[in-house]
Amino acid sequence: MRANRLWSWLFIALGIVYFALPLIGTLEFSLKLRRGAYSLDAYWAVLGDPRFQQTFMYSVLMALATIVVGVLLVVPTAYWVRLKLPRWRPFMEFITLLPLVIPPIVIVFGYIRLYNTSSWLPLTGSAMGTNVLLMFGYVVLALPYMYRAVDTGLRAIDVTTLTEAAQSLGAGWVTILSRVILPNVAVAVLSGAFLTFAIVIGEFVMAALLSRPAFGPYMQLLGANRAYEPAALAVIAFAITWACMALIQVVSRFAPKPPEQLH
Amino acid sequence: MADPFLSIQHVEKSFGSTRVVQDFNLDVKAGEFVSFLGPSGCGKTTVLRMVAGFEEPSAGAIVVGGKDITRLRPNQRNIGMVFQAYALFPNLTVAQNIGFGLKVAGASRADIDKRVTEMLALISLPQMADRYPYQLSGGQQQRIALARALAPKPKLLLLDEPLSALDAKVRVSLREEIRAIQKSLGITTVFVTHDQEEALSISDRIAVMYGGRAEQVGTPFEIYNRPQTKFVANFVGTLNVLEGTVTDAAAGKVGVDGGELVLKDRLGGARNGDKLSLALRPEAISLGPQPGRDTRLAGEISEVHFLGSVIRVRVGVGGRTVSLDTFNNPASPPPAVGEKAEISFSSGDLLVLS
Repeated sequence: MRANRLWSWLFIALGIVYFALPLIGTLEFSLKLRRGAYSLDAYWAVLGDPRFQQTFMYSVLMALATIVVGVLLVVPTAYWVRLKLPRWRPFMEFITLLPLVIPPIVIVFGYIRLYNTSSWLPLTGSAMGTNVLLMFGYVVLALPYMYRAVDTGLRAIDVTTLTEAAQSLGAGWVTILSRVILPNVAVAVLSGAFLTFAIVIGEFVMAALLSRPAFGPYMQLLGANRAYEPAALAVIAFAITWACMALIQVVSRFAPKPPEQLH
Repeated sequence: MADPFLSIQHVEKSFGSTRVVQDFNLDVKAGEFVSFLGPSGCGKTTVLRMVAGFEEPSAGAIVVGGKDITRLRPNQRNIGMVFQAYALFPNLTVAQNIGFGLKVAGASRADIDKRVTEMLALISLPQMADRYPYQLSGGQQQRIALARALAPKPKLLLLDEPLSALDAKVRVSLREEIRAIQKSLGITTVFVTHDQEEALSISDRIAVMYGGRAEQVGTPFEIYNRPQTKFVANFVGTLNVLEGTVTDAAAGKVGVDGGELVLKDRLGGARNGDKLSLALRPEAISLGPQPGRDTRLAGEISEVHFLGSVIRVRVGVGGRTVSLDTFNNPASPPPAVGEKAEISFSSGDLLVLS
């Protein structure tokens, strides 16, 4: 028993070292820009760089647009599949898993072939068109996470009965979705939204190949030309991701509690 | 029936190749409380859901207040519904739940508040307005669900096994409350249940359903005392069924387990040698001779079940066992298993089943 516990602690310690050591190393390195002393100079350099601000804001806006479009696409779809087409669930599971199987580079080359300037819908012909294309690409990348988060949220409520109760009270589909379903899966939607945010902020392949000024390509560019600043940027990116994860935990505390069914 | 408020006319419903409702007909008067009673899978909930608009009939028509609503969407019918699973919106407070239908209809804030207060008073939960559903017991949730269904003043109220998820004591008090509220509002109500005691205790009429059809529609008294089919007789209450053979049709004599019963003018067109099913309620049988009970059969006590106020005794008579109920008498012990006993009943209490 005692030996078992010892082994457990040993493996936990190994795990912590495996995950934490590179982070500690990166953090320590990012603080060494000033010779002979720890300082935040690398962070100030990164945060003061106008390209950081531009690319970060661009990616934030893209993430917000991706979240809005993703929610508008996924919530009604997942709701309808649960309500009316339960037999389609395995098919939907398969479709929404495809972005994990197909590499982003394949998707983006497909986009470029389909929507180039000589195609029937020349989205890559303008900056706005390319932004729209990139945003849809991000929606596809985030689909596995957003769909699962929403579907899990829908599983926690009695979708059919709540829908029928709202219908019997005179509500139409828009009212049911906006006032009954969405508020009850809001936490799940927010979880999906934070995951989407974290994915979009760090995405490189699509933004680089579509030549958009996003945060991912900026990180790559900085990494190729500087020493300490990329380490500071990596720590900042980790902090953003962790902040998203922490927010998921915080908002889940405000979820509407399901009522007791039996007394 | 002159001008029924709800008329279900030749309604049928099939799911694929399975017909779950067959030629269902029922007229309900305004202000009447009608229950659909039957075992699981008999089609009672499907009929209710067709009235609510959640299922579309394969054939037939549903008319409410003279208007054919068969093809109307559920949100266009103005029919209130209470569900077995309560179905309160978890993200809304009690007051917001009750006011939901009025808000959807575009009522003013003041009107909604006034109606919510009225409804909370009606269900005797005036202090619960700001609570959330998870803060309420099952009985309280179902009362809120009832208030929510009634708040928009629906034409018709549908109750889909609303008491099934509650414990026994709450069920009894809530069913009495539902009936009192229904009477005070005079709202036409259809109630679905598989619990015969529930249906018998609160309904004006009961439609006993089996195999997608209404086997019998009648008052609780008629359903219990004059069942028209073997299924109704067996499903509603406990019943002793005796198989007999007509020995003298002209004199109304039927042979049962070696004895002979006289059923004058109740054999219909039966002829000598015809087989008949005769039914008798346990409370219509006495242990030992009783004045006014003209038929006696000898047997042996095989089982005794003490049920509190009532003792159910099973007596082997001929080749079958007959159940009878006697009131508990604290002054005398219940009969013992194995004792010889004589049972008596009035042949007038025998039901001849079709």
